[in-house]
Amino acid sequence: MSDPAMIAEIKKAVSIPVMAKARIGHFVEAQLLEALRIDYIDESEVLTPADEECHIDKRKFNIPFVCGARNLGEAVRRIAEGAAMIRTKGEAGTGNVVEAVRHMRTMNREIRQLAQMPIEEVTGFAKTNGIPYELALKIKELGRLPVVNFAAGGLATPADAALMMQLGCDGVFVGSGIFKSSNPQLRARAIVKATAYFNDPQKVLEASMGLGDAMPGIEIAQIPPEQILAGRGW
Amino acid sequence: MMKDNKSVIGVLDLQGGVHEHLDHLDRLGIPYRRVKEKKDFEDLAGLIIPGGESSCLCRLMNIFGIKEVLLANYNRGLKIWGTCAGTVLLAKKVIGEENCLGLMDIEVERNSFGSQLDSFMSDALIKAVDPEPIPLTFIRAPKIIKVGEKVNVLLKIDDYIAAAESEDILVTVFHPELTASLAFHRYFAIKCGLKLAVQKRGYIDPVWENYSWTRMARVA
Repeated sequence: MSDPAMIAEIKKAVSIPVMAKARIGHFVEAQLLEALRIDYIDESEVLTPADEECHIDKRKFNIPFVCGARNLGEAVRRIAEGAAMIRTKGEAGTGNVVEAVRHMRTMNREIRQLAQMPIEEVTGFAKTNGIPYELALKIKELGRLPVVNFAAGGLATPADAALMMQLGCDGVFVGSGIFKSSNPQLRARAIVKATAYFNDPQKVLEASMGLGDAMPGIEIAQIPPEQILAGRGW
Repeated sequence: MMKDNKSVIGVLDLQGGVHEHLDHLDRLGIPYRRVKEKKDFEDLAGLIIPGGESSCLCRLMNIFGIKEVLLANYNRGLKIWGTCAGTVLLAKKVIGEENCLGLMDIEVERNSFGSQLDSFMSDALIKAVDPEPIPLTFIRAPKIIKVGEKVNVLLKIDDYIAAAESEDILVTVFHPELTASLAFHRYFAIKCGLKLAVQKRGYIDPVWENYSWTRMARVA
């Protein structure tokens, strides 16, 4: 969790919703953030996990949580725990969208399989993927997650945002991609425009012009496996 | 005055809770459309401005020229319903800020109840809209502090106004689209000139669920 005094200052400075990160499993950080009365908590693998066995029991809280997932199993386990929103984990801080794409395609592929299989096969699918059975049935019925699914982790350009939206996301989170670029304000505005009109190449193109340098991208293969953030949490 | 045969209700689709409104219109059998561009305004009987983030919606409307198109259509007779952020956008006065569309003679305070944790549900009887009490969902809601002479108060709670209407505009600071009640969508559709059946009982849809919006946002 960041310095709560800084979070309190940010909350005072803006009129829009504020979200802050808590370590995986650190339910007391969550209690403090709820006491600060911010709007949402991101139980985030970007911070060093506080608990390698358990995530936070999010149902105990009134504040909504967003959690990251690499596949349908992770997403649904977090929803079972009480997550109100899901996002892809991607690989935060790399400016490389490939992992977010992988996670989004994986989740959607698994949802499609689930939606189309005969109902007797749901038991096996739920078992293999570690998904609570009743939620598997609900997702099969809905043809999607019962909560919003955002893209996150490595988005750096307006085109990246439009890509993730066209892949079926409900929205995008962008962090380093904005703040580590050469002109964060311009780039943030451009990404919002591209997200609003993600299906309009002309508008995404216009939004992409004259933004200066994106943050430098990092090849995933160059990161030592034990340092991959997306591996935290399960 | 010639009777228009416009029957489509649009939902402004730049940011915010669009699917939920589309789902409610669908449940009433009302033709609906997402509105993102100038051409989407053609033949619209009414426009819903959804809940979301008013500052973001205002910026996007300005950047993409939607504001001018909306105002032009309003002047040609388009009816508008603003929910939550939509109320803020339509208000002539917003405490502490510039207004955005400024079409309705009301004064509004943003985030009046506090943050996400101060969101709440309640219910109220609004006889003009539904003979039964309507469930109300307030999420980081604004309050309507004052209304002008030509604005009719539909719901007053304590020291603020939660729903109001003028001849062409309806505003609610709560979210009917996040409840099982179809009453307000029906009320707005009738305001737009559509013909809908009257029900003796209230307008709650018993098969609506918290994730009914997913029908409009299928991925797989």
